[in-house]
Amino acid sequence: MADRQLTFEIFRYNPLKPEVAPYMQTYKLAETTGMTIFVALNMIREEQDPSLMFDFVCRAAICGSCAMVINGRPRLACKTLTNTLPAKIKLFPLPVFKLVGDLSVDTGTWFRYLSEKTESWVHTSKVPDPKIQEERMDNAVANQIYEAERCIECGCCIAGCATANIRDEFLGAAGINRVARFMVDPRDERSFGEYFEIVGSEEGAFGCMGLMACDDNCPMELPLQMQLAYVRRKMAAYGLGYKEKKRIKPA
Amino acid sequence: MSNYQTHITDMLIVGAGLAGERIAVEAASQGLNVIILSLVPPRRSHSTAAQGGMQASLGNCAMGEGDSTDVHFADTVKGSDWGCEQDVARAFVENAPLAVREMAVWGVPWSRVVAGKRTLPDGREIEEKKEKEGLITARDFGGTAKWRTCYTADGTGHTLQYTMDSMVVQMGITVHDRTEAISLIHDGDKCIGVVARCLRTGDLRVYIAKSTVMCTGGYGRLYSASTNAVINEGNGMFVALNTGVVPLGNMEAVQFHPTGMVPVWILITEGARGDGGYLLDKNLYRFMPDYEPKKKELASRDVVSRRMTQHIRKGYGVDSPYGPHLWLDIRHLGAKHINTNLREIANIAKNFAGVDPVKDLIPVRPTQHYSMGGVRTNKDGYAYGLKGLFACGEAACWDLHGFNRLGGNSLAETITAGRIIGKKVTEYTLGATLSYSYEQVNNAVKEQENRVKALVNGWNGKEDVYNLRNEMEKSLMDYVGIFRNGPDLQKAVDNLREVYHRSLNIGLKSGGEGPSPELAQALRLPGMIRLALCISYGALTRTESRGSHAREDYPKRDDANWLKRTLAYWPEGADLPELKYEPVTITELPPGDRGYGESSAQPEGGGKKNG
Repeated sequence: MADRQLTFEIFRYNPLKPEVAPYMQTYKLAETTGMTIFVALNMIREEQDPSLMFDFVCRAAICGSCAMVINGRPRLACKTLTNTLPAKIKLFPLPVFKLVGDLSVDTGTWFRYLSEKTESWVHTSKVPDPKIQEERMDNAVANQIYEAERCIECGCCIAGCATANIRDEFLGAAGINRVARFMVDPRDERSFGEYFEIVGSEEGAFGCMGLMACDDNCPMELPLQMQLAYVRRKMAAYGLGYKEKKRIKPA
Repeated sequence: MSNYQTHITDMLIVGAGLAGERIAVEAASQGLNVIILSLVPPRRSHSTAAQGGMQASLGNCAMGEGDSTDVHFADTVKGSDWGCEQDVARAFVENAPLAVREMAVWGVPWSRVVAGKRTLPDGREIEEKKEKEGLITARDFGGTAKWRTCYTADGTGHTLQYTMDSMVVQMGITVHDRTEAISLIHDGDKCIGVVARCLRTGDLRVYIAKSTVMCTGGYGRLYSASTNAVINEGNGMFVALNTGVVPLGNMEAVQFHPTGMVPVWILITEGARGDGGYLLDKNLYRFMPDYEPKKKELASRDVVSRRMTQHIRKGYGVDSPYGPHLWLDIRHLGAKHINTNLREIANIAKNFAGVDPVKDLIPVRPTQHYSMGGVRTNKDGYAYGLKGLFACGEAACWDLHGFNRLGGNSLAETITAGRIIGKKVTEYTLGATLSYSYEQVNNAVKEQENRVKALVNGWNGKEDVYNLRNEMEKSLMDYVGIFRNGPDLQKAVDNLREVYHRSLNIGLKSGGEGPSPELAQALRLPGMIRLALCISYGALTRTESRGSHAREDYPKRDDANWLKRTLAYWPEGADLPELKYEPVTITELPPGDRGYGESSAQPEGGGKKNG
């Protein structure tokens, strides 16, 4: 494997130079042991083409910056080892998000909008008084909140989602998972009615067609299918008029 | 004629990591207009990578009983090898528990105390008390007398940053992401903002503010083997240094983390050893107890890194194509613990080294990790040298960490200092007025425009930015590492000076249009090399060993001559920093023995010093 010559076909387009139509550019690179797409792209930029645009930050699959479509699937480039791929590697930027250039897309603006739209903060009437002892929380509940909060906003679930690709306003699995994170949080005082206002629509929980590419593509392996089902069930129950007290999702 | 956008605000914060966002929240809650600039969307900041946790002496868990701000203070000062400001350390330890609780109200799902008995990996049995159940718990970290590191499973930095950013979103604070501050606008007396480059379009922009706060993180990426994110290039530090009037403090104090994973240098959190992991050599022998019988794997980071290097030098390293390394063994912690509390480690080991820590050993070696030095500020966050300029977090030398930072004290510093300094900058800004001359601003932009033109057109030469960067990294890696000595440091200084001169002659290979990554690197590199020179020259001049600064030719701490802080200035036209010194503030704990490390060495296992 280590002797392979890799051929990268990379999508090129600079929105600031619209006169140059998008095209695919080919680069050759000798594979090295343990090579990831992060290593490969940096080698290409430093040795062959300093104009190539792409995004990395942590390069450790923690920050969510480097998602791109690798041989047809949205994935984190930093943790994709070239030895798991054929010698010909095709790279495209994530669809749905605004293109900055080449492989770089603007996920930041999209996710800030998602946070604003879903009001992704703890809605509480309590004013912090850090001088007094903290309120208690069951550790199992803390873990449940954390499980939903592990989303790194990489955009893989959105890029792979058929609904998000055809409907601009759809919040996708990331948005619905985000709502689930606050639903299980006892500190958030919102009622189901208030959550319904946010996700009880075609743009939210009811827009999902159930293809579940989000679940397949999530690099954090979040249980997005379960989260979607949970939020949908709660919202359907509310919509149909069942009175249910907010309570913690059973494990 | 103005071909750039201008933004005017009350407070400008450069960097949207935890320190920057905490200050923004403070300022916005007092009614100030705030703009935050960030290289990346805030939730991609390097703060999110902190897995382990933050120190705060809540004393809720069984092994934290009897903890107090005094104990945390003493640990921090000893960890710093008496290089820190003790009034700063005092304010920090008093505020850390408040910062943790505040974050709990805002939404962080801190891990909580679960009552009951359990057995630790070393056989000790402990019992978590019923009356503490549900309160914020803590784990063990190096160099601490108590279990004090509060955490959220394996993602403390992530949950802190997401919660802090949720406050920023809720308060409607303006964030300009993909924006890089490339110079400060000042007249030698007062800072009135920055010239920035948009990383979406490449356009230059002007930001004018009553106060400017640098929260840009560390400079880890000056070293080729660093645990840091690729954006950690010391931007805020060299932008401040470039003014000629703002000094950087203790740049020679560079932390190496004991467990960077070979060969990708991704961090394996100290939580792995805190939770009971061992370090093994090529014979699978656990060697740390021989060197550090009391703290074993959990002495401070500088000490563990040196002991590992000593042990490798004795021939006990495991050979690999990337040089010798040691093993981290967490197999005995069990699959359940590893796959929940240490899941991030398990994922990193699987994804990047192809090993499963439930049954395999993890290859590790000390790796550049943290910058104790930075923009020197007073205890209120005011930068030396320019009015209206502040700094906070890793970008600053506040100076909480002296010559070695304790694990769990950096994440704690971001939100605790953010809380303290946030109030001070807000006070300053509420009382400040804004006046500036158009000509001054225009000249500042012109200067940057000319730099860009020179790079794009190759007016000063055709030096390749990536070659020079590699040479800079190599000089630091080879000569300014864990163990240092005069001749090596001299080589580093000589090489870096030459590379610095060449960096003034960079010419782009690409056209540099729009958000060109090559242009961004070329604009940064001379500043980065200046930082490298501050580190090397400061280290060469400091003829003692203290904390992370270990001189083989001067192995002892020398309080008589060196109980002082280095201040590095960069005069205009210079190719070396000008070094000055100031005394360290000692208010409570006079210099003494750390209780671990070479000065407390045991003759038996410790082996030859500097070996």
